[in-house]
Amino acid sequence: MPAEVITDDKTADEVSGLDALELAPRPDRGDRGRRIWNSAWPKLLAVAIAIAAWQLVVLSEWKPTYVLPGPVDVFADLKELATTPDFWDGVRLTLTRAFTGFLLAVAIGTVIGAAVSRFAPLRAAIGSLITGLQTMPSIMWFPLAILLFQLSESAIMFVVVIGAAPSVANGLISGIDYVPRTWLRVGQVLGMKGLSKYRHLILPASLPSFISGLKQGWAFSWRSLMAGELLVIVPGALSVGARMQNARDLHEASLVISYIIVVLIIGILIDILFNTADNALRKRWGLTGN
Amino acid sequence: MSTVVRIDDVTKKYGSGSNALLALDHVSLTVDKGEFVCLLGASGCGKSTLLSLVAGLDRISGGTLEINGKHVALMFQEAALFPWLSVSGNVELALRLQGVGRADRRKRAGELLEIVRLGGFGGKRPHELSGGMRQRVALARALAQNADILLMDEPFGALDAMTRDILHDELERIWREQELTVLFVTHNVREAVRLGDRVVLLSSRPGRVLEDFKIDHPRPRRIDSTEVAAQAAEITDRLRAEVARHAS
Repeated sequence: MPAEVITDDKTADEVSGLDALELAPRPDRGDRGRRIWNSAWPKLLAVAIAIAAWQLVVLSEWKPTYVLPGPVDVFADLKELATTPDFWDGVRLTLTRAFTGFLLAVAIGTVIGAAVSRFAPLRAAIGSLITGLQTMPSIMWFPLAILLFQLSESAIMFVVVIGAAPSVANGLISGIDYVPRTWLRVGQVLGMKGLSKYRHLILPASLPSFISGLKQGWAFSWRSLMAGELLVIVPGALSVGARMQNARDLHEASLVISYIIVVLIIGILIDILFNTADNALRKRWGLTGN
Repeated sequence: MSTVVRIDDVTKKYGSGSNALLALDHVSLTVDKGEFVCLLGASGCGKSTLLSLVAGLDRISGGTLEINGKHVALMFQEAALFPWLSVSGNVELALRLQGVGRADRRKRAGELLEIVRLGGFGGKRPHELSGGMRQRVALARALAQNADILLMDEPFGALDAMTRDILHDELERIWREQELTVLFVTHNVREAVRLGDRVVLLSSRPGRVLEDFKIDHPRPRRIDSTEVAAQAAEITDRLRAEVARHAS
């Protein structure tokens, strides 16, 4: 026997000692207020610079102020707008359309994506078509949509869905394609087959790529919707787009710019939502830097 | 002693015709119940291929392969834990796929994590653990498959020397306590001598069994003991001679 007998207690201590050493202490992330300020000030500065540049163009008298009003006038109009309940009805209508269209696109895109990645002949048949559809400017669909559905909600929904579904499908397909080989081997070793392989391995593993697909799909559906609201004015439905078109008809430049800002803000807010979901997932999976 | 793995005259070819790659050439090997066998060889000796065949991930091209055990589990160099599940969730998934009921899964997973000394870590995420700890979770997951034959493909290859040394002790203990049969692939000669009852040396391209060394040193062994070093030197010489054969 060797001189030193390894007793069980001793190894137990060694193992837990090593574990304690290898688990790095949580980094000190500073206080919350400071972190928010650190990420906020560059954004605020960028907004300030953009507004200053706008003001300079107005001051240069490149265009008369009834065509290009300054920030002060526009923000006054915007403030007034934001206090009327009528305006919020418009925002609500537009957002309802956006979410309905997006959810429909997600449902359709997911089914198509899953089917395409499951059946090889289907992939050969429509795999490249999906990517082709994705590059198609959605505004090209409107003439057809109007012929098919007249000036109706359906026409707008049709274009929103056809604009967003390919991105969602592609996100899912590439997520499924790039499931790491070692995970697939583990799945095989654990005895996953058929449906259980999808449920326990392929679908959760493709989640990050699916979320990027959702994010891109949202961007496409939001753009399609805005194009749709400007082109397809459904009688009685005063959406954000319809109101903007209205303001243009009345030569109210300040109101037009106000609506542009409204659309921009909605876009940014939704983007923050997607990024939060994405970051939460990355953190959970340990894909972040620290 | 009963034989649990019988590899008899097994050949494995990849591809066909003149492009076919002969990975294993008439390999014969038996592993008895409770034995710890290390497979050793230079690159291209088909060690990993052999494990895949025994695990049933791949089909043999010729010969016979016989397994007499409850279940075969396979571990890799990467722990390959699923990041969307907690540590306990990863072990529970293996139990679930074995048909263990919901109520028993959590309890059994807790016991398995105790075995690998990770009792308090069930709620953690895999990325919160160190590499050595993740490999122990993978071991718990392998045990969760109710396996009595454990195949390990360079499981400690990516770990630092200190962690590896301690995990050798741990693996030896669990092998003994759980009465496992282990087939352990490595390219580290000392590791093979430290752990194995036998060290089987394979030739490269194609893989054949060159020599079967019996390791008689009493356990527990130390990787830095003179006996282990001396035997490792002998095997290394044999391995080097085999590598030199491939010159030019």
